Amino acid sequence: MPRMRMNQAIAQAIADEMRSDPTVVVFGEDVAEAGGPFKTTDGLLIEFGPNRVRDTPISEMGFLGAAVGAAATGLRPVVEIMFIEFLGVALDQLVTQGSKFRYLSAGKVTVPMTIRASVGAGLGFAAQHSQTLESWMLASPGLKVASASGAENAYGLLRSAIQDEDPVVFLEPRRLYAVRGDVKVGSNAAIPLGQARIVRSGEDVTIVAFGSTVRVAVDAAEQAEFSAEIIDLQTLVPWDRQAVLESVARTKRLVIVEENPYSFGWGTEIATKVASELFGDLEAPVLRVTTPDVPVPFGKALEERFLPSTSYLLAQTRYLLETGTLPRPWWEGGPT
Amino acid sequence: MGLPIPVKVKKRSRVGIAAALEPNDPVTCTYRGHGLALALGLTIESVLGEIMGRVSGSVGGMGGSMHLCEPSVGLLPTFAIVGAGIPVAAGAGLTAQVLGTGQVAAAVFGDGASNIGAFHEGVNLAAIWKLPVVFICENNQYGEYSRIDKTTPIENIADRAVSFGIPGRIVDGQDVDAVIEAVSQAAARARSGAGPTLLELKTYRYAGHSRGDAAPYRPEGELEQWLQRDPIDQYRERLIQKGLIDFKGAQKLEESVANRVEEAVGTVLRHQQPGPQAMFRNILADETGRR
Ligand SMILES: Cc1ncc(C[n+]2csc(CCOP(=O)(O)OP(=O)(O)O)c2C)c(N)n1
Ligand SMILES: [Mg+2]
Repeated sequence: MPRMRMNQAIAQAIADEMRSDPTVVVFGEDVAEAGGPFKTTDGLLIEFGPNRVRDTPISEMGFLGAAVGAAATGLRPVVEIMFIEFLGVALDQLVTQGSKFRYLSAGKVTVPMTIRASVGAGLGFAAQHSQTLESWMLASPGLKVASASGAENAYGLLRSAIQDEDPVVFLEPRRLYAVRGDVKVGSNAAIPLGQARIVRSGEDVTIVAFGSTVRVAVDAAEQAEFSAEIIDLQTLVPWDRQAVLESVARTKRLVIVEENPYSFGWGTEIATKVASELFGDLEAPVLRVTTPDVPVPFGKALEERFLPSTSYLLAQTRYLLETGTLPRPWWEGGPT
Repeated sequence: MGLPIPVKVKKRSRVGIAAALEPNDPVTCTYRGHGLALALGLTIESVLGEIMGRVSGSVGGMGGSMHLCEPSVGLLPTFAIVGAGIPVAAGAGLTAQVLGTGQVAAAVFGDGASNIGAFHEGVNLAAIWKLPVVFICENNQYGEYSRIDKTTPIENIADRAVSFGIPGRIVDGQDVDAVIEAVSQAAARARSGAGPTLLELKTYRYAGHSRGDAAPYRPEGELEQWLQRDPIDQYRERLIQKGLIDFKGAQKLEESVANRVEEAVGTVLRHQQPGPQAMFRNILADETGRR
């Protein structure tokens, strides 16, 4: 397995899809000549030429809408939204147009497009360039939402996203772009959307993570005196209910670790489902470890405090296991 | 420290913008607003404090380089989303119109921003309502790594004014006096109730887009050409010619500015960074129920 950075795994996944399918096209801001602000499209212009790899003006609504139109008529566009916040100016084209074409054409028109966006905090980009914002897309039927959690699955998930017949929003935790991992490549390496991955087996507690928090959970499990099963959801819409329910039915305890605000974060859906389905089996309340309900702060120390860290996840989980009761979050004086 | 944005770029045209506005005229500006903020009257400590994440920064160190704000000199929170400040300036113009305050709003944005929907919607709205707004496009020839001609099908952004039925004017952004004159005229027109103007200040981005961008995509010699018409050099020359200052005096002035900046760096370095509780402030008027 080749070892590469996550941004390289992404570029390679796109290149491999472009090689096997001539309808795959790539566009976005500075993705062609500059190879992408995060070097996630490096080399594509040289190999595939300016007909299939294009730089756009700063016009997210325009080029995302163009992706919808191109996808509906025979291309398979992969567009880059440099920071997920920029999707804000283009949201209509995604949640109200593209994701409703199949439904509003009685299945006759489909939109096989992939929207890649970098997400998350940790690099000092402050309140307008650090959110994850997946919640914008979660309650809008007609699209899928997946996230890489490192180089290891970025390649395989992105290949599936591009091959998918529906709009897929593919999230890329920005602070992982430069992190290296062993990456399985090739056409057999595609990772199906909608399937979670058990990253590590364990008995005492199930920790469900997504995107940037997978690494946090794995690190915590490695340091823990208890045995934690780590599940990387990989896809949020649709999420792998079976994998999570099956795991929690065994461990009887669930911790969800999310890089998003506590209120209405994606974990609320997981928590509700598990609490409802496994009501009588749980030996502790479901614990969600999240950021506080505040904008992402700028300073390094505050940003570190803001993000769910390995030590914080450990302290919270430990409290849950030891007391069988719910710890308060750090901002209410809970264990850190 | 996030995205420290080189500001050397066009600070000078900004001195011109600030000089042409009234002290309480509302201004919206991009992430590259440091120069304008200083010209409007923010202290060096307030700008530097924000860039360095100190409590003395203009938003208490919570926003960083891309987020400055000082309503007392008219500066609304600066915008890290391209184009976002343009319709907001129209709104500030609406306030002036509805309340009859006599203010003029100014929107300062880049060449790249003229390709985003917010530009067209914001300017159009200001045009049909005849709002007192001056739209100031600083055409520094680049948006991130893309040269303007790659992303914009016309040479002069000022020409876009035609589609809104408002005056559009090209201004030498390297000439402080030309900027003062153009902004003053557009502001006077707006104040008289005649509606908005689109100004295009032709200037140049001396550095890369942000830290770490060496700007390899720039044609050779382009920077040098613009440097020959550097606004500070030209203005110094003009002041000397007019006999308002001599060469030595100018040198002294520049030294004192450099010393003042050095001193501010030392001061700000001694200032504290905000503590975790700062995260929970200023989200809503009602500070309860947020957790
Ligand atoms: C909606 C949106 N898209 C993309 C970006 C990323 N971005 C930040 S600055 C920039 C270039 C802007 O160019 P221009 O408007 O010419 O302003 P300049 O930086 O040259 O002052 C881009 C693309 C953004 N901040 N917001
Ligand atoms: Mg520009």
